[in-house]
Amino acid sequence: MARALINVPAKAKKGEIITIKTLISHEMETGYRHDNVGKAIPRNIITQFVCTYNGLEVFRAELFPAIAANPFITFQTVATASGKIEFKWTGDNDFAQTESVNITVE
Amino acid sequence: MADDATRRAFLIGATSLAGGLITVLPVTDARATPETMQAAIKKVIGSAALRKGKVTLHLPPLVENGNSVAMDVAVDSPMTANNHVRAIHVFNEKNPQSNVVSIRLGPPAGQAKIATRVRLADSQRIMAIAEMNDGTFWSDEVDVIVTIAACLEDPV
Repeated sequence: MARALINVPAKAKKGEIITIKTLISHEMETGYRHDNVGKAIPRNIITQFVCTYNGLEVFRAELFPAIAANPFITFQTVATASGKIEFKWTGDNDFAQTESVNITVE
Repeated sequence: MADDATRRAFLIGATSLAGGLITVLPVTDARATPETMQAAIKKVIGSAALRKGKVTLHLPPLVENGNSVAMDVAVDSPMTANNHVRAIHVFNEKNPQSNVVSIRLGPPAGQAKIATRVRLADSQRIMAIAEMNDGTFWSDEVDVIVTIAACLEDPV
């Protein structure tokens, strides 16, 4: 399991635009580098990141090797209702990780 | 140990070039070019016109280390059901691959504003394209100078 850091406000007013920050530890090996004997290092990156809010997809990102190691993604969403915000990262070598946070909307 | 490794790398590099040119490592030329960037853009926008405006792409103008560069993209849009940003695509000119990131969003976002960290292999121009729900495409470009490149360097 890779370490993931997620920053979502615990409480928000209904209709407020909240900022979500996510960071996951991953080397994001580009596949364009060579080791010291000239052998290509195979690509190992996270290819997709999806965020769902109470089951509704609010954000999706397709990542390429040009994303720096330990992908950091910040985006916004409107606080509609209390519930669960879920994050899913998928990538090469069957990488898959899901995290979730709860939010209270008043 | 380290000496041995560099010697081996040197020999592989030298022998891999038929012309006898001396390089330290066999660098495969996998760079994207402004042309491949245009091709990648074409793939996304098709025959639609690309207009300047609405998008604000922000990157530092001078980057010391290309391995991690903060980038943010904001699109001027009310993000309502009738008028919102459908996608944001970012492209580069000189990394091995022209795509940087492709993002899908919609009215639930409230605001079309994203930030991430990217790798830059060289001093180059970065372009962000926003796709609106009415099918129009808007763009912004930024030139970045990179002193230490990413992507193609080899681990030590």
